[in-house]
Amino acid sequence: MKVTIDGKEIDVPKGTTILQAARMIGAEVAPPAMCYYSKLKSSGGYCRTCIVKVTKGSTANPTPMPKPVASCRTEVMDGMVVENFTSPEIVEARKGIVEFLLINHPLDCPVCDQAGECKLQDLGYEHGLAESRYEFERREFDMIDIGDKVKLHMNRCILCYRCVKVADQLTDGRVHGVINRGDASEISTYIEQVIDNEFSGNVIDVCPVGALTDKTFRFKQRVWFTKPVDAHRNCPTCSGKVRLWIKGEDVLRVTARKDQWDEVEEFICNACRYDHKKKSDWEIEGPSPVNRHSVISQNQYAHLNQQKLEQLKHQSALGFMKIDKKP
Amino acid sequence: MARKLLIQNDQVPGINTLEVYRAQGGYRSVEKALKTMVPDQVTEEVKKSGLRGRGGAGFPTGMKWSFLAKPEGVPRYLVCNADESEPGTFKDRYLMEKIPHALIEGMITASYALGARTSYIYIRGEYFYVARILENAIKEAYEAGWLGRNILGTDFSHDCYVQVGAGAYICGEETALLESLEGKRGNPRIKPPFPAVAGLWGCPTVVNNVETIAAVCPIVNMGGDEYAKIGVGKSTGTKLISASGHINKPGVYEIELGLPVEEFIYSDAYCGGIRNGKSLKAVVAGGSSVPILPAHLILKTAAGEPRLMSYESLSDGGFQTGTMLGSGGFIVMDEDTSIVKNLFTFTRFYHHESCGQCSPCREGTGWMEKVLKKFLNGTAQESDVDLLWDIQRKIEGKTICPLGEAAAWPVAAAIRHFKEEFLEVARSKKFVDISHYERLNKQYAS
Ligand SMILES: Cc1cc2nc3c(=O)[nH]c(=O)nc-3n(C[C@H](O)[C@H](O)[C@H](O)COP(=O)(O)O)c2cc1C
Ligand code: SF4
Ligand code: SF4
Ligand code: FES
Repeated sequence: MKVTIDGKEIDVPKGTTILQAARMIGAEVAPPAMCYYSKLKSSGGYCRTCIVKVTKGSTANPTPMPKPVASCRTEVMDGMVVENFTSPEIVEARKGIVEFLLINHPLDCPVCDQAGECKLQDLGYEHGLAESRYEFERREFDMIDIGDKVKLHMNRCILCYRCVKVADQLTDGRVHGVINRGDASEISTYIEQVIDNEFSGNVIDVCPVGALTDKTFRFKQRVWFTKPVDAHRNCPTCSGKVRLWIKGEDVLRVTARKDQWDEVEEFICNACRYDHKKKSDWEIEGPSPVNRHSVISQNQYAHLNQQKLEQLKHQSALGFMKIDKKP
Repeated sequence: MARKLLIQNDQVPGINTLEVYRAQGGYRSVEKALKTMVPDQVTEEVKKSGLRGRGGAGFPTGMKWSFLAKPEGVPRYLVCNADESEPGTFKDRYLMEKIPHALIEGMITASYALGARTSYIYIRGEYFYVARILENAIKEAYEAGWLGRNILGTDFSHDCYVQVGAGAYICGEETALLESLEGKRGNPRIKPPFPAVAGLWGCPTVVNNVETIAAVCPIVNMGGDEYAKIGVGKSTGTKLISASGHINKPGVYEIELGLPVEEFIYSDAYCGGIRNGKSLKAVVAGGSSVPILPAHLILKTAAGEPRLMSYESLSDGGFQTGTMLGSGGFIVMDEDTSIVKNLFTFTRFYHHESCGQCSPCREGTGWMEKVLKKFLNGTAQESDVDLLWDIQRKIEGKTICPLGEAAAWPVAAAIRHFKEEFLEVARSKKFVDISHYERLNKQYAS
């Protein structure tokens, strides 16, 4: 099936979504995606950041689609023509979505463990407005521990449902992930039920923001002062292929390996994640490929100190931040 | 006298019982369909009748039925949407409460047409007492052999169940309804697939409104062609209208589609005019989510034609100067009504009812409510009108289900037609008493 996205044509198999086709073409046409996760079934459709305009439905039925569609949940048709960054309407609408995602976000990046690898920071920076028009109190939840390894900081959650799908699809016995309704929705403590499960730690890796963080790593270090290396070990439970975040001789954190789209390549088990924090536990393969634009990479070239970085990232993208809350 | 097909017997004593209902000619459509027609003939009559969904969207019912996938060996379901939660709409309750067998009869006849062995009536939690009425009616119908195995000695067997929801507007959206019916959180599904292909438990399903299903009985009885003669153009048949607000005679009225709006508001056969001799300011014609229209545009179209109670006439002029028939929730406002306060009430409702799955609706509805509250607090700026306009624009068309639009349209329409009033409220810095809402809010929170 032939599909044209922002003027670039590609041939893809039936069943491919617009987002997948766009990723095949390349990052220059790929819409940002905050909730879709290719490794999780039925993910996507929630955040609406990936919306695009279908200006021609297909060769057989060229009628344009009346509304913007979620590219992550819309399959391509032969002859479809899609506008993403080339449509001013979409760029404008996406700004609106980003604004919606940020109005209730605490914007506590300076004290958030996810800073530097947060998809919402990137999104705000690349697709957001310079200033917030929201003047009301932001919604607040209590922080909770879900088990002894994972911290849930609900204020930062964007309700992408990824952790719910992980719990659903990788672990047994989970009932529900979200309680309450509307903007009072909360990731629920039912998740505690999965804490004993060997794969529960993956909720941390799929969380695009700092809502679910690794308690064994919290506040140890800004991520951009750690160096990621790929490593493996002989693990009886998972593939054992991981990424170690190292400072000097210390392994500060173990995560799954992530691909170009910031999705984990293979989910890892809790034993690898939490219980093997010595370099000698691992066979180190070499430095991880890091996106050149990321903060982590920039630090590897050691130009930017922490202060400068935070100023740069937060003031331009999220410059309206007020820091009156400690995490 | 206008013809009535649905609630003509609502005043007959004991009409809620099977005995009286039957004596008034009830269950004839089941007899006629099962004994003299094949299922597709029933669907054909419904197509000919031009019946359109009475739940809000107005989609042709016969066409919806013919889209139902019929793979071998897979059950099909009919689900009745009795969630009726759109503010200003209470016609389904009236019908079910007064004449429960009219719905049960429709369920059986429609299920026969669709080949559904099982059907469900999903009713909102607040209507628990109506659910009891329906359950009684179903019990009576089983005892008399209208439900169960081999109805009227034919091959057709059917079971009908009532399921009570927990009280959520969003569970009226058909796919959220199906999720809830399956025992899950009532989040709308991402479409496609549509229920006609994969609905309840993944099986082909038709979801229809209470009134739509009840209308199948007169259609089968009188024939589709005869039914189509009632009404005007593509708005055929009769429609239940829930009339509320500042009128002399609020209540549920069955009208022939095509009745002039002016007659509906002022005639003693219907609303009986504006109460206390006041004058008409505005009307929300089809439930809280359709655009509000000022008096001059609800009585006459922009072209000066008399506005009629029909799908086409009410939407004449698009959203610039028109509105929608929607679910038939007809809310009348007199000259003393504050449009700003009314909009706050509506917006507060949508904020409260958003399921929270998608970001524009989850975040945008609450934001709009907060901005509107500034108008009532006396703290709004004139620029807040533009902000409201921009927020609704950024919600509309970008959400998973139409609740996003349902929240955005009233805001857009109120500003479109009453902008000056918003600006005036902003300038006056006057405090509007909403302690009533605050109390309600607390009640909800507890
Ligand atoms: C937020 C929302 C709430 C709805 N609530 C109801 C309802 O309470 N009753 C109803 O019949 N339809 C409701 N609908 C429309 C249904 O999704 C569906 O279109 C309807 O039940 C189809 O029946 P019909 O074709 O007979 O009208 C709602 C739609 C939305 C988006
Ligand atoms: S906690 Fe993280 S992964 Fe889970 S829904 Fe919230 S943002 Fe998504
Ligand atoms: S539009 Fe609102 S109610 Fe509908 S799915 Fe999105 S959040 Fe839920
Ligand atoms: S990534 Fe498509 S809607 Fe979130």
